[in-house]
Amino acid sequence: MHELSIITSLFETLESQARDHGAARITAVELKVGPLSGVVPELLQEAFDMFKLGTVADGAALTIVQPPVRVRCRSCGAETEPQGLVFKCGECGSTDLSLAAGTDLYLEKVELETD
Amino acid sequence: MTKKEILVREALLGSNDKVAADVRRMLRQRKILGVNLMSSPGAGKTTLLERIAERLAGTHRLAVIEGDIETERDAERIRAKGVPAWQITTGGACHLEARMIGRVFPEIPSDLDFLFIENVGNLVCPAAYDLGESLRCVLLSIPEGDDKPKKYPKAFLTADCLLITKSDLLPVLAYDLEGVKREALDINPRLTVFVLSALTGDGLEPFLEYLHRAREKAAAPDA
Repeated sequence: MHELSIITSLFETLESQARDHGAARITAVELKVGPLSGVVPELLQEAFDMFKLGTVADGAALTIVQPPVRVRCRSCGAETEPQGLVFKCGECGSTDLSLAAGTDLYLEKVELETD
Repeated sequence: MTKKEILVREALLGSNDKVAADVRRMLRQRKILGVNLMSSPGAGKTTLLERIAERLAGTHRLAVIEGDIETERDAERIRAKGVPAWQITTGGACHLEARMIGRVFPEIPSDLDFLFIENVGNLVCPAAYDLGESLRCVLLSIPEGDDKPKKYPKAFLTADCLLITKSDLLPVLAYDLEGVKREALDINPRLTVFVLSALTGDGLEPFLEYLHRAREKAAAPDA
């Protein structure tokens, strides 16, 4: 339950984005939230709706994109989606892997409006 | 009125990660190994630190940062072992963040070998916050049950080592030790697993050796 702390940090970024681009308001926000980010999209949405009132993003629509988990194999180089919570290469079965995607927790883009 | 779309691509915890990177750089310059201990409440983090303090007394210098929602209790236990300790009380927050460490950092002696950070007892949220550590340890005590790794995957996914603690209770509890190891390694095949009892000291030696090796590696110039 640290979604509110993440949203607090998001709004610091949103305020500075609006300032840097001389925007009057932010009308849309897109976040990228991986299944292994430890963040629950529904809770993030609720925290966003609560927090946005009276800010530069009051009225902004929030989109949360959830990319699937992907692992890259250090043995054969394949990039695959692991099944369930078993991290092994979908091609050769090796467990010598690096995470290619899944822990993402990004502010992807914002839509700004100037008067 | 004009509209435009800006591609930002900025980490939502970017401000945390920046402070964490500063802490990590300062620790490496001073050849201090930063260790982040994470677990549920009551898994034995403080007791483990008490044992480590006893074992390293006189040969190594260590300090501890304690994270709790309330009370100074853990820091007092550590100080009673002659080790300097700083208590961070979060007042409700379920995890430590890098800027909390950054605030305490100026008070930490610069001639340490180890800086242990005991996170708030919580197997979920602390995993999302880099504190600038070089080694992340997750503790799982045997009474918590053998089904936890896949129920709380992120803590195991981001850890370097897993400490299965309170092994002295193995004879009296129905516990699938091999099954727990297998589940944890399914999630993170790179985990180093230790089974130990901070109460009896069983299994502590291999973990201490691991800490020393990690410290040498973190202090290496190309680390």
